[in-house]
Amino acid sequence: MTDAQPYFPHRHLLGIEGLSPLDIKALLDLADAAVDVSRQVEKKKATLRGRTQINLFFEPSTRTQASFELAGKRLGADVMNMSVASSSVKKGETLIDTAATLNAMRPDLIVVRHDAAGAVNLLARKVDCSVINAGDGSHEHPTQALLDALTIRRNKGTIAGLTVAICGDILHSRVARSNMILLAAMGARVRLVAPSTLLPAGIAQLGFETFSRMEEGLAGADIVMMLRLQRERMNGSFVPSVKEYFRYYGLDREKLALAAPDALVMHPGPMNRGVEIASDVADGPQSLIREQVEMGVAVRMAVLEALAMHLPVKA
Amino acid sequence: MSKPPTILTNARMIDPASGRDDLGALRIAEGGIDDIAWGSFPQAPEGAEVVDCGGALLAPGLIDMRAFVGEPGAEHRETFASLSAAAAAGGVTTILTMPDTSPVVDDPALVDYVLRRARDTARVRIHPAAALTKGLAGQEMTEFGLLGEAGAIAFTDGAKSVSNPRVLRRALLYARDAGALLINHCEDADLVGDGVMNEGEFATRLGLLGIPCEAETIPLERDMRLVRLTSGRYHAALISCADSVEIIARAKQGGLAVTCGVSINHLTLNENDIGDYRTFCKLSPPLRHEDERQAVIAALAAGTIDVIVSDHNPQDVETKRLPFSEAANGAVGIETMLSAALRLHHGEMVSLVRLLHAMSTRPAEILGIPGGRLEKGVPADLMLFDPDMPYVLDKTDLQSRSKNTPFDEARLEGRVLRSYVGGTCVHRLES
Repeated sequence: MTDAQPYFPHRHLLGIEGLSPLDIKALLDLADAAVDVSRQVEKKKATLRGRTQINLFFEPSTRTQASFELAGKRLGADVMNMSVASSSVKKGETLIDTAATLNAMRPDLIVVRHDAAGAVNLLARKVDCSVINAGDGSHEHPTQALLDALTIRRNKGTIAGLTVAICGDILHSRVARSNMILLAAMGARVRLVAPSTLLPAGIAQLGFETFSRMEEGLAGADIVMMLRLQRERMNGSFVPSVKEYFRYYGLDREKLALAAPDALVMHPGPMNRGVEIASDVADGPQSLIREQVEMGVAVRMAVLEALAMHLPVKA
Repeated sequence: MSKPPTILTNARMIDPASGRDDLGALRIAEGGIDDIAWGSFPQAPEGAEVVDCGGALLAPGLIDMRAFVGEPGAEHRETFASLSAAAAAGGVTTILTMPDTSPVVDDPALVDYVLRRARDTARVRIHPAAALTKGLAGQEMTEFGLLGEAGAIAFTDGAKSVSNPRVLRRALLYARDAGALLINHCEDADLVGDGVMNEGEFATRLGLLGIPCEAETIPLERDMRLVRLTSGRYHAALISCADSVEIIARAKQGGLAVTCGVSINHLTLNENDIGDYRTFCKLSPPLRHEDERQAVIAALAAGTIDVIVSDHNPQDVETKRLPFSEAANGAVGIETMLSAALRLHHGEMVSLVRLLHAMSTRPAEILGIPGGRLEKGVPADLMLFDPDMPYVLDKTDLQSRSKNTPFDEARLEGRVLRSYVGGTCVHRLES
């Protein structure tokens, strides 16, 4: 036990890649405290009072945007949401022009989601404030991995030594990438379970175990993390059909029974019930899916607080 | 209690799996090969049915990996009943049927339909190949897992070529997980264009547009690279030229899980057989130059080409009695496959054992089905034939509903005397 405030040495949060286990632990510890704040009647802190947070979403999102908005507001920040529909991107403005325009408005924190991998890194180089990646293409979604880690740690007490099976569309998933890196860094054994069409090339060289049969990939797993399968990938392009996908890769009670008896089920949402997960599993006693949403707000509060440490105190 | 055993005695038995070729006897019980006596003729037990083979050749029933059937949708061309009657008469006891029907076999319910119709009406074993892409459209892969559970043992777009490399790449990857075999007919539709026969001097003389060998070798070469990329398993349905043989040989040397077939037509006929615009010799791939035929024969003998298929494709008068360029592709061949293949044996180009191996043992291995060998415990799917019996083929004698054979009035040597499926005699030559 230490009284010292957990220290986070980065100005931006662009990905899990590049964070040390200590950095991750610092954010999770801060998030634990934020959970307590969120469970009080008086949920407001003053950490970000007077600060401006812009949520810049080039891709539609309901839960992530709401989660960041709530997190900012609970810390006292002024939060502004900008979504692609109302932005000038539609009018032909480039990403860099948008960044320069926003920068001139002197925000303190920008939360960015973009459908292109690397777009958030590019934007971060063009602005003076702190940038948080809320998902860039199939690259990273660091706050999702952190909230998953927090959920696991609070339920299992630790992450190290656990066997985590990440199942589904690994190829297109930023959630999978961030989680793989984080969980491996924290000492978990990560298995990737997907049809070969949904596994990225070179994944074995990165040191992860891969399985194309759920039955093998789930055997003895402590955590079963399901991924969303986009609708346009279901009908013959990557997998033949919803029916076949659910049969072989959908998490139902029979497949879950192969995991450890106390295995816990997670999903980043939004779920396709009857595609990657059966309703009775999603809503069942082993499911942490609702808790993940609660942890989402806490983790985002923690990230905002951690980055606020580096914000200049004088104008 | 059970049926008394059947003894086939005084037979010259060839087991193409081991290469053994010797006189002996074979006992059938419970639908399977119960015992084999090589080099001896043991006393038949009490009550057994004894068949004196009179020194005729006894070998595993043939397994044909490529036959088209008209059911459902074109029953006037061929039904499972007529196809299987033709097969049994030709010593073929197992058929892989192509999914090019109407509707296309791309759904588990259709696989189920085929298996039920076959069970009720066919006298030989029918294994459906399901479509590789939905509707044979070449765009979206089918449900390899569910179709496999329903009973499909291979996936192919039949007479169509899967030409989109992205589709084939993903299908190879996905099939690897499902343990499924993919079969592709390599033919570049753009290079075929309006071509109707092999490109070259003869086509020029006939005034017909040609199809170069490259229409086959370019997609085949591409497919080999996709197999290497995906570590998938792949069977090239039909090889017709020397360059294709070289591509396959190189792929096999490189350790790829690749096999290939050749049609009986390309082993025994060449482009000159088209003669005076005979549409029954209009095939896909087209009959090639004699040099190419010699190359595929040599590749068959060497084992580079794995299997011989009939490429049985029933067509009727409306699709064949047309100007050559307008006629449909395809020839019937399941009933004459053995007789035609024996030409290579009589011509001393390919050994009898290797021919039988390419029509029984090897297809069974590739498809992962029992049979294709004379061994205790395997199903008693057998054929008894006289390899030297001469006859002149009269197409009206064919069992098939369609008579589009390129061998009409041809002199052939070698006839099937009896065929057995699961120990039951399903064909007996009328004397």
